[in-house]
Amino acid sequence: MKFVDEYRDPALARALVDAILERATRPWTIMEVCGGQTHAILAHGLDALLAERVTLLHGPGCPVCVTPLETLDRALALAERGARLCSFGDMLRVPGSRGDLLGARARGGDVRVVYSPFDAVRLAAAEPDREVVFLAVGFETTAPAVAAAARWVLARDLSNFHLLVSHVRVPPALEAIAAAPGAQVEAFLAAGHVCTVMGTAEYEPIAQRHRLPVVATGFEPVDILEGVAMAVAQLEAGASRVEIQYRRAVRPEGNPAARALVDEVFEVVDRPWRGIGVVPRGGLALRGPYAALDAVTAFPALAGEAPREPAACRAGDVLRGSIRPPACPEFGRGCTPERPLGAPMVSSEGACAAYYHYRAAGGPA
Amino acid sequence: MSSPLDLDTLAAPACPLPIEDDRVTLAHGAGAGASARLFEERLWPHLANPALGARHDGAILEAGGARLAFTTDTFVVRPLEFPGGDIGSLAVHGTLNDLAMCGARPLALSCALVLEEGLALSTLERVVRSLGAAARAARVPVATGDTKVVERGKGDGVYVNTAGVGWVPEGRALRPDRVAPGDAVIVSGALGAHGAAVLSVREGLAFESSIRSDSANLSPLVEEALEAVPELHCLRDPTRGGLGAALHEVARGAACEIEIDEGAVPIEESVRAACEVLGLDPLFLASEGRLVAFAPEASAASLLDALRAHPLGRGAVQIGRVASGRPRVVLRTPMGSRRLLLLPAGEPLPRIC
Repeated sequence: MKFVDEYRDPALARALVDAILERATRPWTIMEVCGGQTHAILAHGLDALLAERVTLLHGPGCPVCVTPLETLDRALALAERGARLCSFGDMLRVPGSRGDLLGARARGGDVRVVYSPFDAVRLAAAEPDREVVFLAVGFETTAPAVAAAARWVLARDLSNFHLLVSHVRVPPALEAIAAAPGAQVEAFLAAGHVCTVMGTAEYEPIAQRHRLPVVATGFEPVDILEGVAMAVAQLEAGASRVEIQYRRAVRPEGNPAARALVDEVFEVVDRPWRGIGVVPRGGLALRGPYAALDAVTAFPALAGEAPREPAACRAGDVLRGSIRPPACPEFGRGCTPERPLGAPMVSSEGACAAYYHYRAAGGPA
Repeated sequence: MSSPLDLDTLAAPACPLPIEDDRVTLAHGAGAGASARLFEERLWPHLANPALGARHDGAILEAGGARLAFTTDTFVVRPLEFPGGDIGSLAVHGTLNDLAMCGARPLALSCALVLEEGLALSTLERVVRSLGAAARAARVPVATGDTKVVERGKGDGVYVNTAGVGWVPEGRALRPDRVAPGDAVIVSGALGAHGAAVLSVREGLAFESSIRSDSANLSPLVEEALEAVPELHCLRDPTRGGLGAALHEVARGAACEIEIDEGAVPIEESVRAACEVLGLDPLFLASEGRLVAFAPEASAASLLDALRAHPLGRGAVQIGRVASGRPRVVLRTPMGSRRLLLLPAGEPLPRIC
């Protein structure tokens, strides 16, 4: 498959591993930001190949994982009260205070998996008497598609479509991680797809203030290893620049059309991240006329009781990179993909799910 | 690694029923861990008997000195028609293949239809014509049947149940417990095309592709294989739950480890691309015209020759081997690392990005 196979070439990967191990004069700690990168690292055993010289910390880059419990509880309440609730497949197994969306569906709720927000818009247009709510989760990556859908809906005055928005922004979370007391991170591999939309300018202040290399990196094994190699080269040289590894998709200015769309529909707000706490400027909310599409204001009765996290879940520590999933006492015991305590165990980008599914069986052969 | 981890507790079921304690969810129908536990814990205790206990695709019954294979399957595919097939041909192929996996030659099929009020008779006609054509092509009569109608909204147009009876010739014994360390693991061709074809036309998920279902009657291919390699140990058709679920069932039945060379598993380019886009693992996508064979290493070459000589087995290839060890499935990745292949928790869901 073009654009995939060449980035999974074992010989190329091996050469990069050798180059990194040779270049590193001491152990370095690098955080890959995106859960998609975490999954690739575990699936291909890259962490084991680099272990001698590079420790990979897994970052908060799983939008499903950081979607606030309160938002998920609202989605459950909407589904239970007759709305047609649409979201990406990942969200359906994420545990809320009172079960998950798949369970709500089993109890009669109308919960749909869609692949694009426009699929949800189409459902709303087809049945004008039926309330359709799209649970909009994701980083800056998925925000433009939701913004485009919001614009379409507003322009056509579709009154039965609302958005439950939990869009989050990556740079403020990296700032919080780098600024935290005792932070172990020495370099970031930024999420390539986020940078494809937003560009790399937002990372310059983080790189300068904390003297950290930031490399916008892709998601295939060769991408990740090249990103690590670029970060290690900077670390060894004492540099702290923003660089782009994922050159086939990322330009420094990002995608101006997509950014303009996001700016038109959303404004930057403080946002609680599940497991992490309030991240200043860490979220996007509907702005101006688009606020009319907000499901929270359209259905205020849904606030309900305060959400509760299972006490034993250490998702927050995992998302901040403070611990790796197997260090959680519940990992693989009280918490499995079938009976999760926290979102990282079920999301396709969750670090706990990555460890659970890809645990090396006997190490490299 | 911060704490030691027992891989085998990970691979084992950790809870009695997933997600919801008191209700059936779609995870129970996905052909992975939850389906197995629904059977073990909720059905088996009330139905236990030796034939069912063999946990094969079909039961082997003895009558008048002959061995008969008996199997049933219900088809609830949505949409009813998909590239490369429809629910009618699928209902014939699925049940014939279950008989073939027992080494049985098909004698007759039954067909029960559950029709939803409001279904267009032209749709029903197309489905049944296709069902009849598939049965005729296999030279197996639909010998008995039943039709029920349910109220609008209580069904997805048509549900089809077929049962099949077949005769198992003397000397054939295809069972997971015959699989032994050293056995070669062979597939008859590229996997996952059926699952990908159905997804490609599913409401809310449709994407343009040239993928066609691989749905086919495997009986003739199995006859060729058994002719060439009578010592074959076990056959499985990787339907619901895909190759991953089939390998887990055999690993458990054989009490052996199965090691798969990930790079050797044949998957068509278009199916791989669809999986990349949707975030699905092709190892868990259904095939409806492929088989996985377990045979002694010494017979692997003749089995491959026999399979490749038949149109349905042209893409046959060895993907791994059986090893001694605890029942689990290990993948050797192209990067040279080894990892466990675990069953997904439920229905495969397309991911966010």
